[in-house]
Amino acid sequence: MVAVTPETGPDTALGADGTDGTDMTADLGAQLAAAFDAAVAADERVEPRDWMPDEYRASLVRQMAQHAHSEIIGMQPEANWITRAPSLRRKAILMAKVQDEAGHGLYLYSAAETLGTSRDELLDKLHSGKQKYSSIFNYPTLTWADVGAIGWLVDGAAITNQVPICRCSYGPYARAMVRICKEESFHQRQGYELLLALSRGTEAQHAMAQDAVDRWWWPSLMMFGPPDDESAHSAQSMAWRIKRHSNDELRQRFVDIAVPQAESLGLTLPDPDLKWNEERGHHDFGAIDWAEFWDVLKGNGPCNEQRIGQRRKAHEEGAWVRDAAAAYARKQTAQQAAQQAANPAGQNEEARV
Amino acid sequence: MTQNWPLWEVFVRSRRGLSHTHAGSLHAPDAEMALRNARDLYTRRGEGISIWVVPSTEITASSPDERDPFFAPSADKPYRHPTFYDIPEGVSHL
Amino acid sequence: MTGTDTTDTARLTGATAAAALALGDDALILSHRLGEWAGHAPVLEEEVALANIALDLLGQARILLSLVGDEDELAFLREERSFRNLQLVEQPNGDFAHTIARQLYFSFYQHEVYGELARGDGPFAPLAAKAVKETAYHRDHAEQWTLRLGDGTEESRSRMRAALDALWKFTGEMFQPVDGLDGLDPAALEQRWLAALTGVLDRAGLDLPQGPRTGAWAAGAGRQGLHTESFGRMVAEMQHLHRSHPGASW
Repeated sequence: MVAVTPETGPDTALGADGTDGTDMTADLGAQLAAAFDAAVAADERVEPRDWMPDEYRASLVRQMAQHAHSEIIGMQPEANWITRAPSLRRKAILMAKVQDEAGHGLYLYSAAETLGTSRDELLDKLHSGKQKYSSIFNYPTLTWADVGAIGWLVDGAAITNQVPICRCSYGPYARAMVRICKEESFHQRQGYELLLALSRGTEAQHAMAQDAVDRWWWPSLMMFGPPDDESAHSAQSMAWRIKRHSNDELRQRFVDIAVPQAESLGLTLPDPDLKWNEERGHHDFGAIDWAEFWDVLKGNGPCNEQRIGQRRKAHEEGAWVRDAAAAYARKQTAQQAAQQAANPAGQNEEARV
Repeated sequence: MTQNWPLWEVFVRSRRGLSHTHAGSLHAPDAEMALRNARDLYTRRGEGISIWVVPSTEITASSPDERDPFFAPSADKPYRHPTFYDIPEGVSHL
Repeated sequence: MTGTDTTDTARLTGATAAAALALGDDALILSHRLGEWAGHAPVLEEEVALANIALDLLGQARILLSLVGDEDELAFLREERSFRNLQLVEQPNGDFAHTIARQLYFSFYQHEVYGELARGDGPFAPLAAKAVKETAYHRDHAEQWTLRLGDGTEESRSRMRAALDALWKFTGEMFQPVDGLDGLDPAALEQRWLAALTGVLDRAGLDLPQGPRTGAWAAGAGRQGLHTESFGRMVAEMQHLHRSHPGASW
């Protein structure tokens, strides 16, 4: 018996239709599962109303929610510098970037909602700590150069992670990622350009840039997740084509890309073991401090409480605004209904759009 | 007690001469705000010149279970396609 | 991004420059205040909307300041007393109702001003023709939210009323004559502003505030470089980094 139980939430026509498997025979269940596996293996896209295994659905919701949460929590460390941006050009760029992150969060929540969950439900899980966001955002932005380091390293790592998701087996996720990757191409470039200006600037500016890179390098490498042999969800995600490359593979790709970029910047990466390995055709790099990774993930990072606290506060303080708009909409609907009742002939037919 | 805003599907016409295509969805308390949110969210890089918003609950979709009865019968009617017909060489404007 | 890096365009001087500064500072300061909302908005969709408005305003500010001098020198190296913006736009964000009330008062004013300037043939006509499309949207945003907060819940109505009342005293300044904008008739401007405002408030079930708006400190003060206390802190935050690295480029 294959029980298909989408998480509760508003069902929408474009979203999960909540097919229930109550009358399904074991045979039918096995057939569906086989058909699903075959479709995914053939690189076909899964769409919201298709049958899918419970675990696939749950795994997607988890990953998309975490991704969406990361976008909106990720607004905070950078928004921290909007009011202090040192030129109007930089200020405009930074505002547009932080705005994009809100937009990306929205795309991803929408995509997750096609699986039968709701944004409110996901936000509740974020606010209560039941769902995570990328640990990188639990580090503070201490100087202006951090804005550049986030753009170059953090967004760079994110892009390395995200580009393969554009081909993810779940259609709505893949489509959201296409839009996000397209928009995000400016994020990394602005960060690099910002750091370049600092690196080539005054001595103090150069030092600021180097300090930021020193602090953000290792956490950026941790963004790819634990090593392959310790990664809880990786193998299944790969089989389902939610994920296409392993954590270590992507991490290596990122290091290989970043090394020459750092050279052009005139900045050094804080790893004495970093060097080209002719035999492997890749850079070797030093050991990552996984104890720190797990510690931050558990909630002991420098900003965990602050980030969630601000998010919760914004949500709570915004409740009366959301309520007001909902109340207004109800009144308007009631008014229109009353008008229609009073004038049943109506003006009927509106012009076609 | 917070009221959840309903979900809307957004369709954007990217330029004149093209039809509206599905861009994504968003939350809004009512149609007017849905249009404005859609403008802010889905056209901030000049992606559109016209927007439709539709309450997600108002869309009736075909079910994947009915995929075969719905769509398979049209697959075996090749005579509906121009490539089905052999036309002698040299005949033009056909 | 606007093409404001063209430093060689003929700079305005005298009264026209003062007017550019007044309009530019309005846009700069309000954009900054709206930027403070990032990460704090009541709903994600509103994060995007507020940032759009802030970016429009920042774009206007950059064009206007560049008509007078180097945009960054003007934004980051002037003392508090040299800013010419209205006191209204520097007021802290407060709750969402305060931000919307500030938007309502200001965007209705700005839309009228740019509409008028766009119809003329003065130095601001090209800029105003572009900006008036933006301000029309800002006005609509403020109007939509005023309706929803005014006619939403009991709480939202009382918050909106309090916000409209609190900011009312800063609105008189908008209708003082501005040097360099001689084509604008402040009295006519005020009449149109009041009419439009009253229309929206009516539909929202809200009354036009009654208090004075031409007090000794509130009328024409910002345009003369007299600001409110919170403005100094805002400017300090805005300028700190730029000023800490004299001569650096970013």
